[in-house]
Amino acid sequence: MIRFANVYKAYPNGALALKDVTFHVSKGEFVFLTGHSGAGKSTIMKVLFAEQKPSAGEVRVSGYNVNALKPTDVPRLRRRLGVVFQDFRLLEDRTAAENIAFALEVTGARTDTIAARVMRVLTQVGLSAKSRAYPREMSGGEQQRVAIARALVNDPAILLADEPTGNLDERATRGVFQLLRDINAGGTVVVMATHDLDLVRQTSYRIIEMRDGSVVYDSQMDEAQAEAK
Amino acid sequence: MKLLTREALLSFRRAPLLSALSVTTIAFSLFTVGLFGLVALNLRQALKGLEERVEIVGFVLRGTPSEAIAVATQDISAFPEVKDVSYVSEEEALQRARNELVEFRDAYRDLQMNPLPASIEVRLKDGFRDAAAVERVAQRLKGFGFIDDVRYGREWVQKLDSLRNITGLVGLVIGLTFAAVAVVIIGVTIRLTILQRAREISIMRLVGATNWFIRGPFLLEGALKGLLGGFLSLVLCYAGYLLFRDKSGGTFGGLLFFAPEHMVLIVIFGVLLGLAGSLVSVGRHLRHV
Repeated sequence: MIRFANVYKAYPNGALALKDVTFHVSKGEFVFLTGHSGAGKSTIMKVLFAEQKPSAGEVRVSGYNVNALKPTDVPRLRRRLGVVFQDFRLLEDRTAAENIAFALEVTGARTDTIAARVMRVLTQVGLSAKSRAYPREMSGGEQQRVAIARALVNDPAILLADEPTGNLDERATRGVFQLLRDINAGGTVVVMATHDLDLVRQTSYRIIEMRDGSVVYDSQMDEAQAEAK
Repeated sequence: MKLLTREALLSFRRAPLLSALSVTTIAFSLFTVGLFGLVALNLRQALKGLEERVEIVGFVLRGTPSEAIAVATQDISAFPEVKDVSYVSEEEALQRARNELVEFRDAYRDLQMNPLPASIEVRLKDGFRDAAAVERVAQRLKGFGFIDDVRYGREWVQKLDSLRNITGLVGLVIGLTFAAVAVVIIGVTIRLTILQRAREISIMRLVGATNWFIRGPFLLEGALKGLLGGFLSLVLCYAGYLLFRDKSGGTFGGLLFFAPEHMVLIVIFGVLLGLAGSLVSVGRHLRHV
């Protein structure tokens, strides 16, 4: 589903955000991206949803070659992805249901199917009772669930979550994380960038650790090497 | 389409002040263009009155048979440039001279024979009164054997010509300048709206909206503002027109206002300005994000 091969990303000032990053993510995987701030987690995310292009190396996401992506293909790629951020990125002047419907409307979904699809994902994230609430009337955890519902409504193959629990208290964090695990159990690839090591240690999901733009640890490689021995 | 309209209209409700500002700037830009247009329009009308009098006179040799003149008159009126041809006989010429040149009435009365030649007077059609066309017809008149001499206000025609060209050119230059200013102002106001909605746009992009989808509401918004601005500028122009006409105390009683097709053109121009302004700023924004 995701393939990074010897990827470099240089910023205009010459700083290298990614150095020779290589990893593959297969169908159905749940992957943690860990590391300190500035280690390159967010850059990987941005390259994954084609917000930035790699300077060198090859990136393939859900069948799209990000290096050679035409501007008209960027929206097509993004419709196959769901993206969730630390700051939720909801529209304040729209209700939960409207925020989710927005994602369908902008992709030209059939109007008569929208309401049902919105209710389905709201139910999936456990917020069917809050469909008419505005973001300011919801807790952080609830807002993040709405953001996740919005990411899910287009039935993405891959869900990218950049520090999704960064702004949440412990209880909300557990809830959101469980939701992501459920989504992964349904077959969606989940890539979650986080520096919450407690969360990472709770599970046996794959961990890719970044430092200064390089991959310094990949639990899958570790296992593969262990098996090789 | 429904969504598009909703989004575009929403921006008016969300930022009424900014929208009003955009509409007013478009209106004022078009108002200025419109005022100049009115001046040009009326100037042209005045020139047209003068041009009506552009006339080519061919003097006929004495003793030319009237049949030849009749045939020639027929020929000349068949020229594409010619509106009408009239033949002025020697007697008529004398009569006219007596009436018009009162000071010489006595001199004319005592004449033993008529010194005035007969003539053919040619008036040209609208659109053929420029120096080149006049010259062309004059040359052709000279081609008739019995035409002794051809007179027309050559210099006068040429001056009229250049005056009209200059007004046209000045109008065009000033109009284009103001149009450019209008595009910039609209671009800036739309850009403010875009910045205000940068978050919304970034989310639209995130969930996979195409660039055209994102542009749509802004373009419609720009076009709507242009439309409103266009109408407003017409109202302003009409107010200015009435004010000028009434204050001038009848001197300019015959002033013209725009014909319906001109008004439509102004409004369309407003819409185009609005579209151009929003296209420029949306395009720039989408490239940067």
